[in-house]
Amino acid sequence: MNNETISIIRQGRNSRRRRWVLITALLAVLAFALCCAMLLLGNTIYSIDEVIRALLGEQIKGASFAVNTIRLPRMLAGLFAGFAFGIAGYTFQTMLRNPLANPNVIGITSGSSAAAVFCITVLHASGAVVSAASIVAGLATVTVMYILSRGKSFSIGRLILVGIGIQAMLDAVISYLILISSSKDIPAAMRWLGGSLNGSQLHELQPLVIAVLVLSPILIGLGKHLNLLELGEHSATSLGMNTDKTRMMLILISVFIIAIATAATGPIAFVSFLAGPIANRLVGRGGSNIVPAGLVGVNLVLAADLIGQFAFETRFPVGIITGMLGAPYLIYLLIRMNQKGAL
Amino acid sequence: MNNSSSTLPQHSWRVPKHFKLILLCSIVLLVVCAAASLMLGSRGVGFSEMMDGLFRPEIDSYEANIVRKRISRTVFSLCCGAALGVSGALMQSVTRNPIADPSILGVNTGAALFVVSGMAFLNIGSAEPSIWLALAGAGGTAIFVYGIGSMGRGGATPIKLVLAGAATSAALSSLVAAIMLPRAYVMDQFRFWQVGSVGAGSWSAVATIGPFLIAGLLIAIVTAPALNALALGDEAAAGLGVRTGVLRIMAAFAGVILCGATTALSGPIGFVGLLATHVMRLILGPDLRYVIPMSAISGALILTISDVCGRVIGSPGELEVGVVTAFIGAPILILLAIRSKVRSL
Repeated sequence: MNNETISIIRQGRNSRRRRWVLITALLAVLAFALCCAMLLLGNTIYSIDEVIRALLGEQIKGASFAVNTIRLPRMLAGLFAGFAFGIAGYTFQTMLRNPLANPNVIGITSGSSAAAVFCITVLHASGAVVSAASIVAGLATVTVMYILSRGKSFSIGRLILVGIGIQAMLDAVISYLILISSSKDIPAAMRWLGGSLNGSQLHELQPLVIAVLVLSPILIGLGKHLNLLELGEHSATSLGMNTDKTRMMLILISVFIIAIATAATGPIAFVSFLAGPIANRLVGRGGSNIVPAGLVGVNLVLAADLIGQFAFETRFPVGIITGMLGAPYLIYLLIRMNQKGAL
Repeated sequence: MNNSSSTLPQHSWRVPKHFKLILLCSIVLLVVCAAASLMLGSRGVGFSEMMDGLFRPEIDSYEANIVRKRISRTVFSLCCGAALGVSGALMQSVTRNPIADPSILGVNTGAALFVVSGMAFLNIGSAEPSIWLALAGAGGTAIFVYGIGSMGRGGATPIKLVLAGAATSAALSSLVAAIMLPRAYVMDQFRFWQVGSVGAGSWSAVATIGPFLIAGLLIAIVTAPALNALALGDEAAAGLGVRTGVLRIMAAFAGVILCGATTALSGPIGFVGLLATHVMRLILGPDLRYVIPMSAISGALILTISDVCGRVIGSPGELEVGVVTAFIGAPILILLAIRSKVRSL
């Protein structure tokens, strides 16, 4: 390799890195702006000064309650759940080398949803019980899925089919639970199914915040292994990687994080699916885009929640808005993947 | 079917082994099943009382009236099962895909979206007018999913079709949720439809589904020999003088009207088509001239047995048949996925 080639490669790498930093910074700024908007906007619009003083603990008539009890938990729920969905979705998509292989499409979240709906409609439980049940159910679902699809060698196709089968059963359970539940529980259960930030409370967010703060650094740290896995089973193995062990760890962590986020906000539709491809498109492939994917997730959730709150006559929960945005993109992606013969 | 999924049809006009015996057995089973559906439920009825209810209209006992109430439901569930069974067989042959089923390909969700739109925007509450909406939804979705799934290299491979179906399903259900959420009355109607049940089976429902069932069955039987050729591959079929495009459209049309009409009246009931066809192929081999009509019988059997099970398990209420078939059918799908070779996915 002559010097010229090396310098071209180096230039390329540097420009990619610059782009990564630039885009990530922009996404972070945007996320911050949306967070502020979440705190400022509402039925009554308070000034920045009032909001800051309320946040610092000063008692201001009206503003304190609206900001600290309603808007702040809502914003935090969106922030952390969005990040969790973003990084976990990106991990799944990259690891399985298929943007469609994602918790929403292959039904990992349906285990959590079924458990939560069961708790709400049958046990009339709320809060911590619902969270715990949906975490356990999410992990159990993915364990069953993994065991069933293991076979002699790992196959994405098999995993997807098994996932769809399990999802069908869980969806039947959910429909049945909603059918037999009393009318007053239905809105809670239904809203929960699509994902919503309504009624988030600070003390209920603790598990989510802790999990994201502890687990996301680990997941980000595993990013380079993720990129090796993306090269394919054989390449990764020949580069000296224990693919089964790494994959197991990645799956466990991302499922845990996604189940906790699901327990807090419901499975906000398509965020985990959209975040990865959007981040890849913005930043470009090459390095690990897990942080940008998380930030894209935050931006999606917060922006969609603002749209859902203020754009229409009816207040839609965030999951409906992300669903409407995500669905056409999903179809578009499928068409493009098929044209390229990527499936 | 000797091995798990894709066996080519043998080129012989041989009647499958023990065909008459199998036919006789399944008809006997069908009668037993229908009797069970009349007798069992949250309130059991004895055999003699069932006979009274069926054949002696002058007897007016409580049990006899229960039996008479259950007749229309039983006939309806037999019709729906037959329609779903044939629909599954047709879709599997058209897509040359062992795991095609209306529920897996997202066709049910398409029908659901149109039915919900009808409830929300056109004020259609009852089943009969919404049958056309469901048909339109099912047809549109089937074309869409097949169109996406067959793009690109290799045509419509099973995994591509399934993903296209799952993705379209996910997309459509978020639309369903968006339409439903602000309208409590729609949600209240829809949740009863959504779970899939033959409990509403009345004679008028049977009369509505009847023409669709007959038309679909006729098309299916007429196209069966050509579909046998299609199983050899498109080029081979064309070489044998089959116009593959026309054939596909006809067979798919029949499959869609069968499952669309059923879905409109009974709600989305999954996996019956998948199960019915696989059982029959396991017993009869791959010849579609036998598999398709027999899938009607096995579909009717599966759906009616599931319905009876749901009624017995869920007593004193009932467990809707859609839940039961999902629990029987989804493990079969998983089993197929585990057993078939990765390459064929």
